[in-house]
Amino acid sequence: MITAIVIITVLGIAMGALLGYAAIYLAVEASPLQAEIEALLPGSQCGQCGYPGCTPAAAALANGEAVVTLCPPGGKALASALAEKLGVTVDLSGVTDKAPMVAYVHEQLCIGCTKCLKRCPTDAILGGPKMIHAVFADACTGCEKCCDVCPTECIEMRTLPTTLQTWYWSLPEVA
Amino acid sequence: MRNLIRRMVGTPAGALFGIRGGVHPEDRKALAATAAITDLPLPPLLHIPLQQHIGAPAQPLVQRGEVVSKGQLLARSQGLISAAVHAPTSGRIIGIGGYPAHHPSGLLVRSITLQPDGSDCWGELPAPLVGDPVTLSPEEIAARVAAAGIVGMGGATFPSVVKLNLRQRYALHTLVINGAECEPYLTCDDRLMQERPVDLLDGVRLMARALEVGQVIIAIENNKPAAQAALRNVAAGDPWITVVGLPASYPMGSEKHLVQTLCGRETPARGLTADLGYVVHNVATALAVHEAIRYGWPLISRIVTVSGAAISRPQNLRVLIGTPLTHLVDACGGFSQSPELLISGGPMMGQPLPSLRVPLVKGSNGLLALSRDEMNATEAMPCIRCARCVEVCPCGLLPLQMAATIRVGHPDAAVGLGLLDCIACGACAYICPARIPLTRYFNFAKGELTARQRDKHKQQETKRLALAHQQRIEALQKAKREALAKRKREMAAAAEAVV
Repeated sequence: MITAIVIITVLGIAMGALLGYAAIYLAVEASPLQAEIEALLPGSQCGQCGYPGCTPAAAALANGEAVVTLCPPGGKALASALAEKLGVTVDLSGVTDKAPMVAYVHEQLCIGCTKCLKRCPTDAILGGPKMIHAVFADACTGCEKCCDVCPTECIEMRTLPTTLQTWYWSLPEVA
Repeated sequence: MRNLIRRMVGTPAGALFGIRGGVHPEDRKALAATAAITDLPLPPLLHIPLQQHIGAPAQPLVQRGEVVSKGQLLARSQGLISAAVHAPTSGRIIGIGGYPAHHPSGLLVRSITLQPDGSDCWGELPAPLVGDPVTLSPEEIAARVAAAGIVGMGGATFPSVVKLNLRQRYALHTLVINGAECEPYLTCDDRLMQERPVDLLDGVRLMARALEVGQVIIAIENNKPAAQAALRNVAAGDPWITVVGLPASYPMGSEKHLVQTLCGRETPARGLTADLGYVVHNVATALAVHEAIRYGWPLISRIVTVSGAAISRPQNLRVLIGTPLTHLVDACGGFSQSPELLISGGPMMGQPLPSLRVPLVKGSNGLLALSRDEMNATEAMPCIRCARCVEVCPCGLLPLQMAATIRVGHPDAAVGLGLLDCIACGACAYICPARIPLTRYFNFAKGELTARQRDKHKQQETKRLALAHQQRIEALQKAKREALAKRKREMAAAAEAVV
């Protein structure tokens, strides 16, 4: 009788402890979907989608509050990747694939106001007060935030030229 | 299996191993094979691109208007994989800027334009190294090769010094000199071996010394008996240098397949032949090394075959780097008929050229002007899955399957089928009865994958920059708040003290 009680009690405590630790160590984190979506987004926090950055945009997408075509810099490729991730169908006809763009500062118009370089989410603009600003094309994501704040409208968005390093053969015509 | 058994039971000395697949295109070498190498006269202008090699473009050191002497350093190599560029003749720099590249895209590439003054006089050159190669230090030979801007002259244009320094990371035992020249039409290596065997062998000895290897194999296809005889003759006194005759087959000149033919072992996927202890250099590179060490001459000219049915008198020319190709055609008597296609390199792996304005570069071994009859230019038809491409693929891949997945937009799936092991030899496209441009599909997919990789890298970098920006702004705001609070406290303390 006592043996049985001891066995059942010990078993109960052991199982309980096991379950308790399992709940701690094997816990499933809060929906991984948001993190996965955020990994797909460009990450420049440009705000062109209307959300303050890529993290809030990913949260909105995960909750189904935003449409998959929200990200203009991502273009068609991102929209279809998001649709696949979220399991929704999407009409891509409205999405235009913009060629990659970079900002260019017209030096004769720049007054060195530093507004654009404060605004740039990737620190791609170099300059100082009353000095002509310049753009690091490699770091520029083409989000156009700097264009909006420039008082002299001296920033132009230019398409990135193809070089020998970026050129490659096109797909042959289908036979 | 046959190779495996032969490796295990041993083979007679000099016996060769078979490789997979391969094709036997009509070689058309007779067009230019008997034409001795002749020097092309100085052209009125030279356009010398800063990027003639794999790796980073060279950094220009001269300015517009500067007068340079022959052999002067025009642009230095920058980065680990790069090559220096030298003045092919004396003259004046009349511009540094964009000029159409020796490339199928016809895009502009940064080039130095030089106007020769006609005197062709050498400037100051590094003192020639003399004496037996074994008395020279490997480091010194490698340094001279780097300073001379020598790149792989079989067409790959990989900086040679990087390959000479492989001994630092790999256990090397054999230097293979590639004289296979398996591409149809091309005869420049053949002529070079026949006309300059002594100089060539000196270059080979120097390279063997730089690599510190004890064995050299000079591999020449059996369709070049005169070249084989010439080299056997001069190498007779050196038991560690052997001249091996290869069966004529395409792509015998691919370095991985050449090594497989010689030793029966395959280079691991995406590995180097150095993994097996072999280093392969082209014959023209060996000559360039000889000239750099024995005379101090940088790489400023190369031998090129100008051939094809549309060329009046096919020839092998020694041409200064940067010479516009139209001068090469003029020296060969111009076109006998209007060419259907201009190719840089051989017909199998060569690239179409947009115009004859483009300059000759370090890697150009051929200029072909093909007539309509030579082209076999029928329209591509649907694949009938005959699998002849599978039979001929020297890498053991499934070209038809890879092309099908690429056509429907899945280059990643093609990677799973071995796309990255494809050497773009073109044997599949050559044999295809439906004339499907298989190599084009693979080139497209490789470019597409690289572009995706680049985009992904940019995205990661953007995230890093955005995060750093955010953190900086937050730190600034925090510092501002603290400073404000401190000032408030101080003012309050001062007010209290007054009271």
